Amino acid sequence: MATQAMFRIWRGDPEGGAFQDYVTPVEEGMVVLDAVHRIQAQQANDLALRWNCKAGKCGSCSAEINGMPRLMCMTRLSDINLEMPVIIEPMHAFPVIRDLVTDVSWNFRAKLTVKPFKPRSPDAPDGTWRMQQADVERVQEFRKCIECFLCQDVCHVLREHRKHDEFIGPRLMVYTAALEMHPLDTEDRTKDLRDKHNIGFCNITTCCRQVCPESITITENAIIPLKERVVDRFYDPLKQLLGIL
Amino acid sequence: MPEFQRFSYDVLVIGAGGAGLRAAIEAAATGLKVGVVCKSLLGKAHTVMAEGGIAASLGNVDDRDNWRVHFSDTMRGGQYINNWRMAELHAKEAPECVRQLEEWGALFDRTKDGRILQRNFGGHRYPRLAHVGDRTGLEMIRTLQDHGIHAGMEVHMECTVLRLLLDSGRIAGACGYDREKGRFYLWQAKAVVLATGGIGRAFKVTSNSWEYTGDGHALAYRAGAELRDMEFVQFHPTGMIWPISVRGILVTEGVRGEGGVLRNSEGRRFLFDDIPDLYKDQTADNEDEGWRYTQGDKTARRPPELLTRDHVARCINREVKAGRGSPHGGVFLDISWIKERMPKAEEHIKRKLPSMYHQFKQLADLDITKEPMEVGPTTHYVMGGINVDGDSQMATVPGLFAAGEVAAGLHGANRLGGNSLSDLLVFGRRAGRYAAEFAKANGATSIDEQQLQATATEALAPFERGASGENPYQIQYDLQEAMQELVGIVRTEDEMLQALETIAQFRQRTDRVGIVGNREYNNGWHTAVDVGNLMIVSEAVTRAALLRKESRGAQFREDFPNKDPEWGKYNIIIKRGPDGAMLVEKRAIPPIPDELKAVIEEMK
Repeated sequence: MATQAMFRIWRGDPEGGAFQDYVTPVEEGMVVLDAVHRIQAQQANDLALRWNCKAGKCGSCSAEINGMPRLMCMTRLSDINLEMPVIIEPMHAFPVIRDLVTDVSWNFRAKLTVKPFKPRSPDAPDGTWRMQQADVERVQEFRKCIECFLCQDVCHVLREHRKHDEFIGPRLMVYTAALEMHPLDTEDRTKDLRDKHNIGFCNITTCCRQVCPESITITENAIIPLKERVVDRFYDPLKQLLGIL
Repeated sequence: MPEFQRFSYDVLVIGAGGAGLRAAIEAAATGLKVGVVCKSLLGKAHTVMAEGGIAASLGNVDDRDNWRVHFSDTMRGGQYINNWRMAELHAKEAPECVRQLEEWGALFDRTKDGRILQRNFGGHRYPRLAHVGDRTGLEMIRTLQDHGIHAGMEVHMECTVLRLLLDSGRIAGACGYDREKGRFYLWQAKAVVLATGGIGRAFKVTSNSWEYTGDGHALAYRAGAELRDMEFVQFHPTGMIWPISVRGILVTEGVRGEGGVLRNSEGRRFLFDDIPDLYKDQTADNEDEGWRYTQGDKTARRPPELLTRDHVARCINREVKAGRGSPHGGVFLDISWIKERMPKAEEHIKRKLPSMYHQFKQLADLDITKEPMEVGPTTHYVMGGINVDGDSQMATVPGLFAAGEVAAGLHGANRLGGNSLSDLLVFGRRAGRYAAEFAKANGATSIDEQQLQATATEALAPFERGASGENPYQIQYDLQEAMQELVGIVRTEDEMLQALETIAQFRQRTDRVGIVGNREYNNGWHTAVDVGNLMIVSEAVTRAALLRKESRGAQFREDFPNKDPEWGKYNIIIKRGPDGAMLVEKRAIPPIPDELKAVIEEMK
C-alpha cells in the first residue's frame, strides 16, 4: 500500500465551491473517513463533515467517493486506486450546507407525509401480540435501514429530475413497505403511494439497491411489491372491464 | 452583541437518543409544549450502536424469571452501591416498556409460539434480552423516532448546547448554537431533561461515537448539580483491535451469548481458570455445560465468558500482559467453532449476528463464520453521572432531570449488558413524566440576559485567536492519550495524580484554543466546545477514582486490588465548589429497605 495519498475534497457552500487537494499519510486498514479526519485535524480544522459511529451503523458520513455514493467509514482505502487522487464530494441530490455536509432535512419532512403505524388490537388478554419469526423477518430487512440517504442520492427521480415535492424516494418507499408489510399494521397507504408519493415515477433501474450499504433489496423486495399493490387496487383489468359493463 | 433565536417550551429535552426521545414522547403526551435539542441528525444518536438487546424479565423463554431476579442480578452486577430504588423500578417497569415499543411498531425476534424472544447475556440469570438480531439499538431508536415525530414535539437538530440557564437556583432553559449557520439559540423552559449519553471520547480506545463527550455531565456540573459514581467507567471486554483504524469498535456480547468462546494464543479458554466466588455457583465448570447453557438448556449454568464485563476485561488484559495474546495485542473470540456442535452453523451465525458478520467482513476482511476474531477491551460506558432522585429522576438543581447514561445510580459499580437500553426506556419515561409534572406545577422562568450574552461572547472568543491558538483536535487527542494511559483499566494513585496535573495543563491549553474559518458548520468550533466538557468529566473520573481506595466493579486499583466492605457503604459525590474548584466527597448510601434486602438474600 502507498504510504501517502492525495484526496481531492470539495470545499464550498451554497454560493459555490471548488475541489482542494490534500496529501496525507495512509496505513493498512484505513478507511476514507480516517484519511478525511486526519486532514481535518492537521490541515483543515474547519472542514465540515458528518460522522458518528464510524462502524456503518448510523448512516451519517454519506458522500460520493470517486463518483459512487458511499459511506466514508465503510470504504477501505485498500479497495481504491491510490495512484490517482481520491475524489470526495457531497451528495448531489440535496442542497449543500458546507463542504461535505448537505441539507437532508427534506427526508425528515417527507417522512411525515407517510401515515404512521397503526396496530391491530392485541392478540392476548395481557395486551401482547403473537407473530411468527418468518413474518417478522420479511419486514426486519427493511428495518435494517440506517437512513444514510445514499439511495435517495442516486435515485434519478430526485437527483436528475429534482421531483422532491412529488416523489418520496427509495428510502421512504422502504419505510412505507415496512409499515405496509408489518404483521400488525392495519393502515392503508396504497392510495397515497399512487397519488401523493407517485410510486409510478420509479422505473426500477435498481440503482438504489446497488448503493445500499445495508444490502437491502430495495427494488425487488420493497418497491415492486408496493407497485403490485397499487396495480391490484387501481388497475385490475378485470375490475375495469366489469366497471365498464 | 450576538443575537439569539428565541424559543419557549414547557419541557426541553437535550439529547435525542433512546432516553431523550422516550422522555419527549412522555412529556408531549401530557399536552405540554416540548422541544428537543440534539447534537446530530435525528436517529443518529449513539443508541443505534447498541447491539445485544433490552433486558426485561418478560419470562417468555424461561418463566422462572421475574422482577425480583432481575433486580438482584442488577444489584450484584453493581456490587451493591446502586441506587436500589432505581434498580427496583427498573426491574419492575422494563417489561411494560418493551411491550410499549412493540405497540409502537418495533419488531423483535420471536419465540416459536410467537412471543418476544429473549437471549442470554452476561450477569443475567435467565435469558432476558429482547432483541432484533444484533441491531436492537437501531430498532429502538427508529421506533421511538418514527413514533415521536407524530407525537407533537419540536426538534432542533445539529445544535451545540453551551450552558444551562438558571433563575434563582431553578432551571430556566438552555442556550447554544446551530451547527448549520452558527446562529445562537435560547431555549427557555420550565423543566429540562438531560439525556446526552456518556463520556467515552475522554479515552483513546472507545466504542463510543464522537458525540460522547460528557456534555450533559459538564452542563449539569456547571449548573451546580451533583455528579456521582464517576470513577466507574466500563471497559467492554470485546472491542475490535485490528485494523488500527477500527480499534475500539464494539463486538457485541451477543457473540458470547450465542456460544462464542474466548481463547488465548495457546488455544486455552482462560476464563475457566478464574471464576470469582460471587459467581461460582452460577457458572459452568466445563465446556460442555457452558455450550448447553447458550443453547437454552435450563439445567446448565452459564459459561465463564458471560461473567461480568469488568472481570472478563481484566482477564483479557492479564492474558495479553502475560504474553499469551493474539498477534495484534488482544485475544481470540471464536464463534466459528460452533460448527462442531450444530449443522448449518454458518447460516445460523449470519442470521443471529448479521452486523458482526458484516462489520468484520467489511472492515477487517475476516469471515467470522470461518475464523476467530481478535478482540480487546474498549471504553464503553460510564456508570457515573448526574445524581438523581430514584423516582423522579430530578437532579439536585430544581427542574433539572436526567435519564439514561448521563444519569447515575441504576448500575452502581458496573452495568450488566442489556440494562442500558431498558434504563433508557424506564427512566426516559419517568424523567419525561416528572419533568412535565414539574413544568405544570411551576410557573414561567425569566432569563438572565447578562449570562446569555457572556456565554455567547465566551463561545466566540476562539475565533479571535484563529490559527495562532491551540488546535482543538490536538488537545482532544492528547487528553485521550493521557486518560487511556493514566486512568484506564488498571489504576494507581501515582498515575492518577499525574493525570490531574496533566488535565490542569490541558485546561490551560483549552483556554487558548483557536478556531480557523467562520461559524458555519465548523467542526473545529464544535470540537473546541466538546473539549471543554471532556476536561470536566476527565477530572471528575480521576478525582473519584483517586478517592475510592479499593477495587470494585469497573474500578480496578492496582494499589488496592481488593474490595473493601467499608467502601461498599459509600458513593462518591462530585460538585462544583463556590470558588469553581471541584469538590469530592464520600456519601453514605441510604439503608436498603428490608423487603429489597430479603429479595437479594433469596436470590443469592
